Amino acid sequence: MKAVLAFFTPGRGTAPFESPARMDLTAGSTFDAYRKGLNRNRMKDSPGLHLKTYVLILLIVLFAPLGNVLLSKGMKGIGSAKNWVPGDIFHILAGIVTSGYIWLGIACLLAFFVAYMLVLTWADYSYVQPASSFSYAVVALLGYFLLGESVPPLRWIGILVICAGVFIVGHTHPRTTEKA
Amino acid sequence: MLEFLFLFTIVAAGTGGELCVSRAMKVVGEVHDFRPAALVRFVFRAMRVSWMWFGIAMMTLAFFSLLAMLSIENVSFVVPVTALSYAAGAFGAMLFLRERISPQRWVGVLIVCIGVTLVWLSRR
Repeated sequence: MKAVLAFFTPGRGTAPFESPARMDLTAGSTFDAYRKGLNRNRMKDSPGLHLKTYVLILLIVLFAPLGNVLLSKGMKGIGSAKNWVPGDIFHILAGIVTSGYIWLGIACLLAFFVAYMLVLTWADYSYVQPASSFSYAVVALLGYFLLGESVPPLRWIGILVICAGVFIVGHTHPRTTEKA
Repeated sequence: MLEFLFLFTIVAAGTGGELCVSRAMKVVGEVHDFRPAALVRFVFRAMRVSWMWFGIAMMTLAFFSLLAMLSIENVSFVVPVTALSYAAGAFGAMLFLRERISPQRWVGVLIVCIGVTLVWLSRR
């Protein structure tokens, strides 16, 4: 638990503005120039920047699940794909294009994408990716509360295991190939 | 069976699309100038790379498969199982982009796969 809290505490080991790249890079490696560039470009650790990062990560973990929930709501209105027949393809496409929920869902996913791209311009990918893994839990919560879906305990456990897996993937070295 | 097909398309086409876009980005080169005009020029340069169009086509296919899967299953099931793309991404990056995947990343991918299996088993 301490390790998890430390991860999200600004100014510590893998805080958002310290590149993890430096952890594995040694002097004389082929990444020296890359490392020097990172050190030169490293952001100053300011409270404003942390607040901005947290706000954008909050937007990421809200907009992506909300977008998917809206898409789900829109698609449930069109009918199950199990009953689709090839002749209905234009009817189904028209249903998708004219669904307000689908467009709202797409707008939310676009907002998520913009927030994701923005935060990646100053924060490390290895910080953003594990933090955004919470969206798997948020989508289940939104599905439960907004759509009235039943979420069995086994699914909650599976989601927590996925979050842990994404967390570990995100803590690995972000670059494994030499610069071209 | 239909769910398997859609899940496979979401994961395979989604990951394939991202790998194609990633390859296109490596062809275009790193972004150093973040001014709006430079970014627009960068986008136009990226659009001239054929890998980009393959990527966009595959990601579109993945999106429509996601819509189809959402019409059948609950969103609290669909989104977590698409995390399987972390495994597909690791394999694809290793084979297609020649990236080296660290043991720690494989452990993470394995844990994601266990989580996806648990979510799949929770299906109605």
